[in-house]
Amino acid sequence: MATAAKGVVLLDFWVSPFGQRCRIALAEKGVEYEYKEENLWDKSPLLLKANPVHKKIPVLIHEGNPICESLVIVQYIDEVWSNNPLLPSDPYERAQARFWADFVDKKIYECGTRLWKLKGEAQEEARKDMIEILKLLEGELGDKKYFGGETFGFVDVAFVPFSAWFYSYETCGNFSVEKECPKLVAWAKRCMERESVSKSLHDPHKVHEFVGHLKKMYGVE
Amino acid sequence: MEQSPSCLKLFGSWASSYTHRVQLALKLKGLEFEYMEEDLTNKSPSLLLYNHVYKKVPVLLHLDRPIVESVIILEYIDETWTDHPIMPIDPYERAIARFWCHFADDKLGPAAGAVFGSSGEDQKAAVCQVHENLKLIETELREGAFKGRRFFGGDKIGILDIVLGCGSYWLAVFNEVMEVKLVDSEAFPLFHAWLRDFEEQKEVKEIIPAIDTLLEYARGIRQMMLSLKDTTSSTTTTTTTAAATTAATNNSNNNLVIESGTSV
Repeated sequence: MATAAKGVVLLDFWVSPFGQRCRIALAEKGVEYEYKEENLWDKSPLLLKANPVHKKIPVLIHEGNPICESLVIVQYIDEVWSNNPLLPSDPYERAQARFWADFVDKKIYECGTRLWKLKGEAQEEARKDMIEILKLLEGELGDKKYFGGETFGFVDVAFVPFSAWFYSYETCGNFSVEKECPKLVAWAKRCMERESVSKSLHDPHKVHEFVGHLKKMYGVE
Repeated sequence: MEQSPSCLKLFGSWASSYTHRVQLALKLKGLEFEYMEEDLTNKSPSLLLYNHVYKKVPVLLHLDRPIVESVIILEYIDETWTDHPIMPIDPYERAIARFWCHFADDKLGPAAGAVFGSSGEDQKAAVCQVHENLKLIETELREGAFKGRRFFGGDKIGILDIVLGCGSYWLAVFNEVMEVKLVDSEAFPLFHAWLRDFEEQKEVKEIIPAIDTLLEYARGIRQMMLSLKDTTSSTTTTTTTAAATTAATNNSNNNLVIESGTSV
Protein backbone atom coordinates (compact mmCIF):
# COMPACT_ATOMS: atom_id res chain seq x y z
CA MET A 1 0.00 0.00 0.00
CA ALA A 2 1.36 3.44 -0.96
CA THR A 3 1.18 4.85 2.53
CA ALA A 4 3.34 5.07 5.63
CA ALA A 5 3.87 1.59 7.01
CA LYS A 6 3.90 3.07 10.50
CA GLY A 7 1.46 5.28 12.30
CA VAL A 8 -2.25 5.80 12.20
CA VAL A 9 -4.24 7.17 9.27
CA LEU A 10 -7.98 7.80 9.24
CA LEU A 11 -9.80 8.00 5.91
CA ASP A 12 -12.93 9.98 6.66
CA PHE A 13 -15.55 12.48 5.51
CA TRP A 14 -16.08 15.63 7.53
CA VAL A 15 -19.76 15.28 8.42
CA SER A 16 -19.89 11.49 8.76
CA PRO A 17 -21.11 10.43 12.20
CA PHE A 18 -19.41 7.07 11.60
CA GLY A 19 -16.08 8.78 11.00
CA GLN A 20 -16.63 10.98 14.02
CA ARG A 21 -16.93 7.90 16.24
CA CYS A 22 -13.36 7.01 15.26
CA ARG A 23 -12.10 10.57 15.77
CA ILE A 24 -13.64 10.68 19.25
CA ALA A 25 -12.18 7.28 20.19
CA LEU A 26 -8.69 8.25 18.99
CA ALA A 27 -8.91 11.55 20.88
CA GLU A 28 -10.10 9.85 24.07
CA LYS A 29 -7.00 7.63 23.85
CA GLY A 30 -4.67 10.49 23.00
CA VAL A 31 -3.55 8.82 19.77
CA GLU A 32 -1.85 10.96 17.13
CA TYR A 33 -3.06 10.27 13.63
CA GLU A 34 -3.19 11.62 10.12
CA TYR A 35 -6.66 12.66 9.01
CA LYS A 36 -7.40 12.26 5.31
CA GLU A 37 -10.56 13.84 3.96
CA GLU A 38 -12.19 11.79 1.21
CA ASN A 39 -14.38 13.13 -1.57
CA LEU A 40 -17.19 10.57 -1.56
CA TRP A 41 -18.06 11.43 -5.16
CA ASP A 42 -14.47 10.83 -6.27
CA LYS A 43 -13.00 8.21 -3.96
CA SER A 44 -9.23 7.95 -3.71
CA PRO A 45 -7.33 4.86 -4.90
CA LEU A 46 -6.17 4.48 -1.29
CA LEU A 47 -9.74 4.20 -0.02
CA LEU A 48 -10.73 1.77 -2.76
CA LYS A 49 -7.73 -0.39 -1.93
CA ALA A 50 -8.19 -0.14 1.84
CA ASN A 51 -11.91 -0.98 1.73
CA PRO A 52 -12.47 -3.01 -1.44
CA VAL A 53 -15.59 -4.67 -0.01
CA HIS A 54 -17.68 -1.57 0.79
CA LYS A 55 -15.56 1.30 -0.61
CA LYS A 56 -16.74 3.41 2.33
CA ILE A 57 -15.30 5.59 5.03
CA PRO A 58 -14.25 5.47 7.76
CA VAL A 59 -11.18 3.30 7.35
CA LEU A 60 -8.45 3.23 9.96
CA ILE A 61 -5.04 2.27 8.64
CA HIS A 62 -2.71 1.20 11.45
CA GLU A 63 0.84 0.15 10.52
CA GLY A 64 -0.34 -0.46 7.00
CA ASN A 65 -3.31 -2.61 8.07
CA PRO A 66 -6.78 -1.34 7.16
CA ILE A 67 -9.69 -1.72 9.56
CA CYS A 68 -13.22 -0.97 8.31
CA GLU A 69 -16.67 -0.44 9.87
CA SER A 70 -16.81 2.26 12.52
CA LEU A 71 -17.76 0.11 15.53
CA VAL A 72 -15.16 -2.50 14.54
CA ILE A 73 -12.63 0.35 14.37
CA VAL A 74 -13.66 1.72 17.79
CA GLN A 75 -13.30 -1.72 19.38
CA TYR A 76 -9.91 -2.13 17.70
CA ILE A 77 -8.78 1.25 19.05
CA ASP A 78 -10.03 0.24 22.51
CA GLU A 79 -8.07 -3.02 22.39
CA VAL A 80 -4.81 -1.64 21.02
CA TRP A 81 -4.67 1.44 23.28
CA SER A 82 -5.81 0.25 26.66
CA ASN A 83 -5.82 3.59 28.53
CA ASN A 84 -9.26 5.13 29.21
CA PRO A 85 -11.16 1.97 28.28
CA LEU A 86 -14.36 2.56 26.34
CA LEU A 87 -15.85 -0.89 26.88
CA PRO A 88 -16.44 -2.06 30.47
CA SER A 89 -14.46 -5.05 31.75
CA ASP A 90 -17.44 -7.18 32.83
CA PRO A 91 -18.66 -9.48 29.98
CA TYR A 92 -22.36 -8.80 30.68
CA GLU A 93 -21.83 -5.02 30.71
CA ARG A 94 -19.84 -5.36 27.50
CA ALA A 95 -22.68 -7.30 25.89
CA GLN A 96 -25.13 -4.56 26.89
CA ALA A 97 -22.84 -1.85 25.50
CA ARG A 98 -22.42 -3.74 22.22
CA PHE A 99 -26.18 -4.22 22.01
CA TRP A 100 -27.00 -0.52 22.32
CA ALA A 101 -24.20 0.58 19.98
CA ASP A 102 -25.52 -1.95 17.47
CA PHE A 103 -29.05 -0.62 18.02
CA VAL A 104 -27.86 2.89 17.12
CA ASP A 105 -26.21 1.42 14.03
CA LYS A 106 -29.32 -0.43 12.92
CA LYS A 107 -31.83 2.31 13.53
CA ILE A 108 -30.72 5.95 13.60
CA TYR A 109 -29.09 6.60 10.23
CA GLU A 110 -31.68 4.66 8.24
CA CYS A 111 -34.58 6.37 9.99
CA GLY A 112 -32.89 9.77 9.73
CA THR A 113 -32.47 9.28 5.99
CA ARG A 114 -36.17 8.51 5.62
CA LEU A 115 -36.95 11.70 7.54
CA TRP A 116 -35.21 14.00 5.08
CA LYS A 117 -35.79 11.98 1.92
CA LEU A 118 -39.47 11.19 2.13
CA LYS A 119 -42.68 13.18 2.27
CA GLY A 120 -46.28 12.73 3.38
CA GLU A 121 -47.26 9.53 5.16
CA ALA A 122 -43.86 7.91 4.77
CA GLN A 123 -42.19 10.90 6.43
CA GLU A 124 -44.78 10.85 9.21
CA GLU A 125 -43.94 7.18 9.77
CA ALA A 126 -40.23 8.07 9.91
CA ARG A 127 -40.98 10.78 12.47
CA LYS A 128 -42.87 8.33 14.69
CA ASP A 129 -40.08 5.77 14.32
CA MET A 130 -37.37 8.31 15.18
CA ILE A 131 -39.18 9.43 18.32
CA GLU A 132 -39.61 5.80 19.36
CA ILE A 133 -35.92 5.05 18.74
CA LEU A 134 -34.80 8.13 20.70
CA LYS A 135 -37.13 7.29 23.59
CA LEU A 136 -35.73 3.76 23.78
CA LEU A 137 -32.23 5.18 23.95
CA GLU A 138 -33.31 7.72 26.56
CA GLY A 139 -34.77 4.84 28.57
CA GLU A 140 -31.41 3.10 28.48
CA LEU A 141 -29.59 6.27 29.53
CA GLY A 142 -31.96 6.90 32.42
CA ASP A 143 -30.47 9.24 34.98
CA LYS A 144 -26.88 8.23 34.29
CA LYS A 145 -24.29 10.82 33.41
CA TYR A 146 -23.30 8.82 30.33
CA PHE A 147 -24.51 5.60 28.74
CA GLY A 148 -21.32 4.15 30.22
CA GLY A 149 -22.35 5.27 33.72
CA GLU A 150 -19.91 7.66 35.35
CA THR A 151 -17.42 7.15 32.54
CA PHE A 152 -17.81 8.10 28.89
CA GLY A 153 -17.96 4.81 27.02
CA PHE A 154 -18.66 2.77 23.92
CA VAL A 155 -22.34 3.62 23.53
CA ASP A 156 -21.64 7.32 24.10
CA VAL A 157 -19.02 7.21 21.31
CA ALA A 158 -21.43 5.31 19.05
CA PHE A 159 -24.38 7.66 19.55
CA VAL A 160 -23.08 11.17 20.27
CA PRO A 161 -22.15 12.03 16.64
CA PHE A 162 -25.85 11.72 15.81
CA SER A 163 -26.66 14.46 18.32
CA ALA A 164 -25.31 16.92 15.73
CA TRP A 165 -28.11 15.66 13.45
CA PHE A 166 -30.92 16.23 16.00
CA TYR A 167 -31.55 19.73 14.63
CA SER A 168 -31.89 18.36 11.10
CA TYR A 169 -34.17 15.52 12.22
CA GLU A 170 -36.37 17.97 14.15
CA THR A 171 -36.61 20.39 11.25
CA CYS A 172 -37.37 17.74 8.62
CA GLY A 173 -39.70 15.80 10.90
CA ASN A 174 -41.36 18.74 12.63
CA PHE A 175 -40.85 17.65 16.21
CA SER A 176 -38.64 18.67 19.13
CA VAL A 177 -35.99 16.30 20.50
CA GLU A 178 -35.82 18.42 23.67
CA LYS A 179 -39.56 18.03 24.21
CA GLU A 180 -39.63 14.30 23.47
CA CYS A 181 -36.31 13.32 25.07
CA PRO A 182 -34.96 16.04 27.38
CA LYS A 183 -32.48 13.65 29.05
CA LEU A 184 -30.85 12.91 25.69
CA VAL A 185 -30.40 16.61 25.00
CA ALA A 186 -28.83 17.10 28.45
CA TRP A 187 -26.56 14.08 27.85
CA ALA A 188 -25.46 15.48 24.48
CA LYS A 189 -24.56 18.79 26.15
CA ARG A 190 -22.48 16.95 28.76
CA CYS A 191 -20.67 15.04 26.02
CA MET A 192 -19.89 18.28 24.20
CA GLU A 193 -17.98 19.41 27.32
CA ARG A 194 -15.42 16.76 26.39
CA GLU A 195 -12.82 18.05 23.97
CA SER A 196 -12.79 14.74 22.07
CA VAL A 197 -16.44 15.32 21.20
CA SER A 198 -16.53 19.10 20.70
CA LYS A 199 -13.54 18.94 18.34
CA SER A 200 -15.02 16.08 16.31
CA LEU A 201 -18.63 17.18 15.85
CA HIS A 202 -19.83 19.94 13.55
CA ASP A 203 -22.35 22.65 14.24
CA PRO A 204 -25.88 21.27 13.78
CA HIS A 205 -26.70 24.09 11.34
CA LYS A 206 -23.76 23.03 9.17
CA VAL A 207 -25.05 19.47 9.27
CA HIS A 208 -28.50 20.69 8.25
CA GLU A 209 -26.93 22.65 5.39
CA PHE A 210 -25.30 19.41 4.25
CA VAL A 211 -28.68 17.64 4.42
CA GLY A 212 -29.99 20.47 2.22
CA HIS A 213 -27.33 19.62 -0.39
CA LEU A 214 -28.29 15.94 -0.22
CA LYS A 215 -31.94 16.83 -0.71
CA LYS A 216 -31.08 18.86 -3.82
CA MET A 217 -29.01 15.95 -5.13
CA TYR A 218 -31.90 13.55 -4.69
CA GLY A 219 -34.48 16.00 -5.98
CA VAL A 220 -36.28 16.28 -2.65
CA GLU A 221 -37.94 19.60 -1.94
CA MET B 1 -15.96 -24.14 35.70
CA GLU B 2 -18.91 -26.37 36.64
CA GLN B 3 -22.14 -24.92 35.37
CA SER B 4 -25.49 -26.41 36.27
CA PRO B 5 -28.05 -26.44 33.44
CA SER B 6 -30.33 -24.03 35.30
CA CYS B 7 -27.86 -21.15 35.01
CA LEU B 8 -27.92 -21.16 31.18
CA LYS B 9 -31.11 -21.04 29.16
CA LEU B 10 -31.45 -20.53 25.42
CA PHE B 11 -34.65 -19.36 23.75
CA GLY B 12 -34.49 -20.35 20.12
CA SER B 13 -36.18 -21.76 17.09
CA TRP B 14 -35.23 -25.09 15.49
CA ALA B 15 -34.85 -23.69 11.95
CA SER B 16 -33.16 -20.44 12.97
CA SER B 17 -29.52 -20.28 11.87
CA TYR B 18 -29.00 -17.54 14.45
CA THR B 19 -30.09 -19.99 17.16
CA HIS B 20 -27.77 -22.64 15.73
CA ARG B 21 -24.84 -20.25 16.07
CA VAL B 22 -25.40 -20.01 19.81
CA GLN B 23 -26.05 -23.74 20.22
CA LEU B 24 -22.81 -24.50 18.37
CA ALA B 25 -20.77 -22.08 20.48
CA LEU B 26 -22.17 -23.55 23.69
CA LYS B 27 -21.39 -27.06 22.43
CA LEU B 28 -17.83 -26.12 21.45
CA LYS B 29 -17.33 -24.72 24.96
CA GLY B 30 -18.78 -27.87 26.53
CA LEU B 31 -21.52 -25.91 28.27
CA GLU B 32 -24.77 -27.44 29.43
CA PHE B 33 -27.91 -25.39 28.92
CA GLU B 34 -31.66 -25.61 28.97
CA TYR B 35 -33.28 -25.09 25.57
CA MET B 36 -36.69 -23.46 25.10
CA GLU B 37 -38.20 -23.88 21.62
CA GLU B 38 -40.17 -20.77 20.67
CA ASP B 39 -43.21 -20.79 18.42
CA LEU B 40 -42.44 -17.66 16.42
CA THR B 41 -46.09 -17.26 15.47
CA ASN B 42 -46.98 -17.20 19.16
CA LYS B 43 -44.03 -15.83 21.11
CA SER B 44 -43.79 -16.59 24.80
CA PRO B 45 -44.15 -13.81 27.39
CA SER B 46 -40.61 -14.68 28.54
CA LEU B 47 -39.15 -14.02 25.09
CA LEU B 48 -41.05 -10.74 24.77
CA LEU B 49 -39.81 -9.73 28.20
CA TYR B 50 -36.16 -10.70 27.74
CA ASN B 51 -35.91 -9.23 24.25
CA HIS B 52 -38.34 -6.35 24.50
CA VAL B 53 -36.49 -4.32 21.85
CA TYR B 54 -36.53 -6.81 18.97
CA LYS B 55 -38.75 -9.64 20.32
CA LYS B 56 -36.66 -12.21 18.47
CA VAL B 57 -34.66 -15.38 18.99
CA PRO B 58 -32.06 -16.29 20.05
CA VAL B 59 -31.96 -15.02 23.61
CA LEU B 60 -29.40 -16.42 26.04
CA LEU B 61 -30.29 -16.20 29.69
CA HIS B 62 -27.31 -16.49 32.03
CA LEU B 63 -27.93 -16.23 35.76
CA ASP B 64 -31.32 -14.70 34.88
CA ARG B 65 -29.79 -11.94 32.75
CA PRO B 66 -30.62 -11.86 29.04
CA ILE B 67 -28.14 -11.37 26.23
CA VAL B 68 -29.53 -10.86 22.71
CA GLU B 69 -28.25 -10.62 19.12
CA SER B 70 -26.40 -13.76 18.08
CA VAL B 71 -22.94 -12.29 17.44
CA ILE B 72 -23.09 -10.37 20.72
CA ILE B 73 -24.09 -13.60 22.46
CA LEU B 74 -21.11 -15.40 20.87
CA GLU B 75 -18.67 -12.76 22.13
CA TYR B 76 -20.31 -12.90 25.56
CA ILE B 77 -19.92 -16.68 25.71
CA ASP B 78 -16.29 -16.40 24.62
CA GLU B 79 -15.47 -13.77 27.24
CA THR B 80 -17.26 -15.55 30.08
CA TRP B 81 -15.94 -19.08 29.41
CA THR B 82 -12.40 -18.66 28.20
CA ASP B 83 -11.49 -22.30 27.36
CA HIS B 84 -11.66 -23.24 23.66
CA PRO B 85 -11.61 -19.61 22.47
CA ILE B 86 -13.60 -18.71 19.36
CA MET B 87 -12.29 -15.15 18.94
CA PRO B 88 -8.68 -14.55 17.87
CA ILE B 89 -6.31 -12.97 20.39
CA ASP B 90 -4.66 -10.41 18.14
CA PRO B 91 -6.67 -7.13 17.88
CA TYR B 92 -6.24 -6.92 14.10
CA GLU B 93 -7.40 -10.52 13.62
CA ARG B 94 -10.35 -9.74 15.88
CA ALA B 95 -11.23 -6.71 13.76
CA ILE B 96 -11.13 -8.84 10.60
CA ALA B 97 -13.37 -11.49 12.20
CA ARG B 98 -15.86 -8.85 13.35
CA PHE B 99 -15.85 -7.16 9.92
CA TRP B 100 -16.75 -10.39 8.13
CA CYS B 101 -19.37 -11.31 10.76
CA HIS B 102 -21.03 -7.96 9.94
CA PHE B 103 -20.71 -8.75 6.24
CA ALA B 104 -22.42 -12.12 6.75
CA ASP B 105 -25.35 -10.46 8.53
CA ASP B 106 -25.60 -7.19 6.57
CA LYS B 107 -24.88 -8.43 3.06
CA LEU B 108 -24.78 -12.18 2.46
CA GLY B 109 -27.75 -13.10 4.67
CA PRO B 110 -30.14 -10.51 3.19
CA ALA B 111 -28.92 -11.35 -0.33
CA ALA B 112 -29.74 -15.03 0.22
CA GLY B 113 -33.07 -14.03 1.72
CA ALA B 114 -33.83 -11.96 -1.37
CA VAL B 115 -33.23 -15.03 -3.57
CA PHE B 116 -35.71 -16.98 -1.48
CA GLY B 117 -38.31 -14.23 -1.52
CA SER B 118 -38.33 -13.59 -5.26
CA SER B 119 -38.78 -15.22 -8.64
CA GLY B 120 -38.11 -14.58 -12.32
CA GLU B 121 -35.91 -11.61 -13.20
CA ASP B 122 -35.85 -10.35 -9.62
CA GLN B 123 -34.51 -13.68 -8.47
CA LYS B 124 -31.83 -13.67 -11.17
CA ALA B 125 -30.66 -10.30 -9.89
CA ALA B 126 -30.73 -11.56 -6.30
CA VAL B 127 -28.65 -14.61 -7.27
CA CYS B 128 -26.08 -12.29 -8.87
CA GLN B 129 -25.88 -10.37 -5.61
CA VAL B 130 -25.18 -13.57 -3.65
CA HIS B 131 -22.46 -14.47 -6.14
CA GLU B 132 -20.88 -11.02 -5.76
CA ASN B 133 -20.78 -11.53 -2.00
CA LEU B 134 -19.38 -15.05 -2.26
CA LYS B 135 -16.73 -13.78 -4.66
CA LEU B 136 -15.50 -11.37 -1.99
CA ILE B 137 -15.22 -14.15 0.58
CA GLU B 138 -13.55 -16.45 -1.96
CA THR B 139 -10.97 -13.75 -2.66
CA GLU B 140 -10.13 -13.46 1.05
CA LEU B 141 -9.71 -17.23 1.23
CA ARG B 142 -7.54 -17.35 -1.86
CA GLU B 143 -5.24 -14.37 -1.40
CA GLY B 144 -6.44 -12.24 1.50
CA ALA B 145 -6.86 -12.41 5.24
CA PHE B 146 -7.74 -16.13 5.31
CA LYS B 147 -5.21 -17.41 2.77
CA GLY B 148 -4.08 -20.97 3.38
CA ARG B 149 -6.49 -21.59 6.23
CA ARG B 150 -8.71 -24.60 6.59
CA PHE B 151 -11.19 -22.62 8.64
CA PHE B 152 -11.62 -18.86 9.03
CA GLY B 153 -10.46 -19.36 12.61
CA GLY B 154 -7.33 -21.24 11.49
CA ASP B 155 -6.98 -24.95 12.30
CA LYS B 156 -10.09 -24.88 14.42
CA ILE B 157 -13.54 -23.35 14.00
CA GLY B 158 -13.77 -19.75 15.19
CA ILE B 159 -16.46 -17.12 15.46
CA LEU B 160 -16.58 -16.39 11.73
CA ASP B 161 -16.90 -20.09 10.87
CA ILE B 162 -19.84 -20.28 13.28
CA VAL B 163 -21.49 -17.13 11.87
CA LEU B 164 -20.98 -17.97 8.18
CA GLY B 165 -21.39 -21.70 8.60
CA CYS B 166 -24.69 -21.56 10.45
CA GLY B 167 -26.66 -20.13 7.61
CA SER B 168 -24.65 -21.32 4.63
CA TYR B 169 -26.50 -24.63 4.65
CA TRP B 170 -29.52 -22.62 3.50
CA LEU B 171 -27.63 -21.95 0.26
CA ALA B 172 -27.69 -25.71 -0.50
CA VAL B 173 -31.37 -25.84 0.50
CA PHE B 174 -32.19 -22.93 -1.82
CA ASN B 175 -30.18 -24.67 -4.58
CA GLU B 176 -32.62 -27.57 -4.35
CA VAL B 177 -35.91 -25.81 -3.63
CA MET B 178 -35.58 -23.18 -6.30
CA GLU B 179 -33.12 -24.81 -8.68
CA VAL B 180 -30.73 -21.89 -8.47
CA LYS B 181 -26.98 -22.42 -8.34
CA LEU B 182 -25.78 -20.47 -5.34
CA VAL B 183 -22.66 -22.23 -4.13
CA ASP B 184 -20.96 -23.38 -7.30
CA SER B 185 -17.95 -25.56 -6.44
CA GLU B 186 -16.26 -24.41 -9.64
CA ALA B 187 -16.86 -20.70 -9.13
CA PHE B 188 -16.17 -20.79 -5.37
CA PRO B 189 -13.88 -23.79 -4.78
CA LEU B 190 -12.39 -22.58 -1.50
CA PHE B 191 -15.71 -21.51 0.01
CA HIS B 192 -17.21 -24.81 -1.09
CA ALA B 193 -14.34 -26.77 0.48
CA TRP B 194 -14.55 -24.76 3.71
CA LEU B 195 -18.32 -25.34 3.97
CA ARG B 196 -17.86 -29.06 3.42
CA ASP B 197 -15.19 -29.21 6.15
CA PHE B 198 -17.33 -27.12 8.49
CA GLU B 199 -20.36 -29.37 8.04
CA GLU B 200 -18.19 -32.44 8.72
CA GLN B 201 -17.28 -31.23 12.19
CA LYS B 202 -18.77 -33.43 14.92
CA GLU B 203 -20.35 -30.55 16.84
CA VAL B 204 -21.83 -29.02 13.70
CA LYS B 205 -23.44 -32.31 12.70
CA GLU B 206 -25.08 -32.46 16.11
CA ILE B 207 -26.57 -28.97 15.76
CA ILE B 208 -27.72 -28.50 12.18
CA PRO B 209 -31.09 -30.12 11.43
CA ALA B 210 -31.22 -32.89 8.81
CA ILE B 211 -31.21 -31.52 5.27
CA ASP B 212 -34.54 -33.26 4.49
CA THR B 213 -36.28 -31.42 7.32
CA LEU B 214 -34.84 -28.10 6.13
CA LEU B 215 -35.84 -28.84 2.54
CA GLU B 216 -39.40 -29.70 3.54
CA TYR B 217 -39.61 -26.58 5.67
CA ALA B 218 -38.23 -24.29 2.96
CA ARG B 219 -40.51 -25.82 0.32
CA GLY B 220 -43.51 -25.15 2.53
CA ILE B 221 -42.68 -21.48 3.02
CA ARG B 222 -41.78 -20.98 -0.64
CA GLN B 223 -45.10 -22.55 -1.66
CA MET B 224 -46.99 -20.25 0.64
CA MET B 225 -45.19 -17.17 -0.66
CA LEU B 226 -45.78 -18.08 -4.29
CA SER B 227 -49.46 -18.84 -3.70
CA LEU B 228 -49.85 -15.45 -2.00
CA LYS B 229 -48.50 -13.88 -5.17
CA ASP B 230 -50.90 -15.83 -7.42
CA THR B 231 -54.09 -15.06 -5.50
CA THR B 232 -53.63 -11.28 -5.19
CA SER B 233 -53.92 -8.40 -7.65
CA SER B 234 -50.83 -7.06 -9.37
CA THR B 235 -50.54 -4.06 -7.03
CA THR B 236 -50.87 -6.09 -3.90
CA THR B 237 -48.61 -8.76 -5.35
CA THR B 238 -45.78 -6.28 -5.39
CA THR B 239 -46.60 -5.27 -1.83
CA THR B 240 -46.98 -8.86 -0.66
CA THR B 241 -43.79 -9.99 -2.36
CA ALA B 242 -42.03 -6.92 -1.10
CA ALA B 243 -43.39 -7.57 2.38
CA ALA B 244 -42.33 -11.18 2.17
CA THR B 245 -38.90 -10.21 0.94
CA THR B 246 -38.63 -7.50 3.57
CA ALA B 247 -39.64 -9.97 6.22
CA ALA B 248 -37.14 -12.40 4.82
CA THR B 249 -34.37 -9.88 4.81
CA ASN B 250 -35.29 -8.19 8.06
CA ASN B 251 -32.94 -7.21 10.84
CA SER B 252 -30.18 -9.56 11.78
CA ASN B 253 -31.02 -11.95 14.58
CA ASN B 254 -34.18 -12.76 12.67
CA ASN B 255 -34.33 -16.11 10.96
CA LEU B 256 -35.00 -15.05 7.43
CA VAL B 257 -36.80 -18.17 6.37
CA ILE B 258 -39.16 -18.35 9.29
CA GLU B 259 -40.18 -14.71 9.26
CA SER B 260 -40.97 -14.52 5.54
CA GLY B 261 -44.63 -14.80 4.67
CA THR B 262 -45.83 -14.56 8.25
CA SER B 263 -46.74 -11.51 10.25
CA VAL B 264 -44.61 -11.46 13.33
